[in-house]
Amino acid sequence: MSSTKSAELRHTALDAVHRSLGATMTDFAGWDMPLRYGSERDEHLAVRTRAGLFDLSHMGEITVTGAEAAAFLNFALVGNIASVGVGRARYTMICRADGGILDDLIVYRLAETEYMVVANASNAQVVLDALTERAEGFAAEVRDDRDAYALIAVQGPQSPGILKSLTDADLDGLKYYAGLPGTVAGVPALIARTGYTGEDGFELFVKPEHAVALWQALTEAGEGVGLVPCGLSCRDTLRLEAGMPLYGHELTTSLTPFDAGLGRVVKFEKEGDFVGREALAQAASRAQENPPRVLVGLVAEGRRVPRAGYAVVAGGAVIGEVTSGAPSPTLGKPIAMAYVDAAHAAPGTEGVGVDIRGTHEPYQVVALPFYKRQK
Amino acid sequence: MSNPQQLRYSKEHEWLSAAEDGVATVGITEHAANALGDVVFVQLPEAGSTVSAGETCGELESTKSVSDLYSPVTGEVTEVNEDVVNDPSLVNSAPFEGGWLFKVRVTEEPAELLSADEYTAFTAG
Repeated sequence: MSSTKSAELRHTALDAVHRSLGATMTDFAGWDMPLRYGSERDEHLAVRTRAGLFDLSHMGEITVTGAEAAAFLNFALVGNIASVGVGRARYTMICRADGGILDDLIVYRLAETEYMVVANASNAQVVLDALTERAEGFAAEVRDDRDAYALIAVQGPQSPGILKSLTDADLDGLKYYAGLPGTVAGVPALIARTGYTGEDGFELFVKPEHAVALWQALTEAGEGVGLVPCGLSCRDTLRLEAGMPLYGHELTTSLTPFDAGLGRVVKFEKEGDFVGREALAQAASRAQENPPRVLVGLVAEGRRVPRAGYAVVAGGAVIGEVTSGAPSPTLGKPIAMAYVDAAHAAPGTEGVGVDIRGTHEPYQVVALPFYKRQK
Repeated sequence: MSNPQQLRYSKEHEWLSAAEDGVATVGITEHAANALGDVVFVQLPEAGSTVSAGETCGELESTKSVSDLYSPVTGEVTEVNEDVVNDPSLVNSAPFEGGWLFKVRVTEEPAELLSADEYTAFTAG
């Protein structure tokens, strides 16, 4: 049940490390990934108060190079990627021609004519295929680099100190959503100040053969400040508290970025056409005239936990659906993200509940995020 | 992990103690607690209610999922563990001891429970 090894699953370069740490493993998008090492609640709180170490090697890296790399990504993605400075990163999306979201992405500009696109593991092939198809006619090359990188994240308030002890790179000059090449513990790495936890932190892209050495060095460097290995279970509750969407939950092909409340990632003002422009322009005006369901936060008054797919109810009628839900370690209460009818979306709306297996449990509507770190 | 020899086990991962004065204690196994992850909410049958062997009588919520609780025995609930209701993490920290769930006055001897060794073999498979 907890550590079934399946031949079809892919294993990261850190697989043996996870097993020696006694991790409970889980199948995540075809990868055998650590779900948790001990208590997921303790791992969550470690990231909020100290630091956590994650293996995220399942994420899908795609490199785009060439004289027209910037123009190509401006065509293929909804954001203005040409405007991203070298050494900076951007949160963006790739949509279908009908405006449906294929994936959300982080794009790093590594050089004038070189970008790294990081896709969700579950969508990496779809994104790769779409980029490859959309690159036709551009002087740009799309390269599948999923096997070229291991990805290790250090997240939490102690993460800058831990990393500083292992690198000469200018971390103080490295802003949120920036990335620079450097050396960490003697290992060449792309050091990015990004994450999915709501905390300060870093993501380190390294060659798979260097992953174990880097993991061990980070473990030793963090020993004195309470760094612990963290699994995907706490990553999910961390991002949920931070109000960050997860593909397959808050984002799907049947939603446009405007339906997801993330219309700001679509840059109509950029030069030239891009895939989905027409449909997205219609979605934008539709959203103005006739507000779609709104992504809100829900906080339980009781202790039963809402799960994805549960109905949100008010006055006996279904007014929305939970997309993600979990017990929040920081708030000490169950929380959820849900799409609800605009009429019930204002924080403080009375009489909203979640149908938890037949019982309508009262919930409070709140603005997202549930948690924001003190800077 | 080791499953106490003096308990009997269901395939739904509950344990049942030997009855003392006709009353036996029910909990979930360490194997089940580990598989669930941090338990955050338990809903237990009420004292005075009747539970039936193999039927659901409550639920356990963890970070990732909700699971039904099955009674391993038929009888009347005499007591529920209020400590676990108030602090569900006891199910993880002491599943065979302080994390017990409820006590039952047994009216019917359970037929299909496993010994500790049989349950260990069952969960190893």
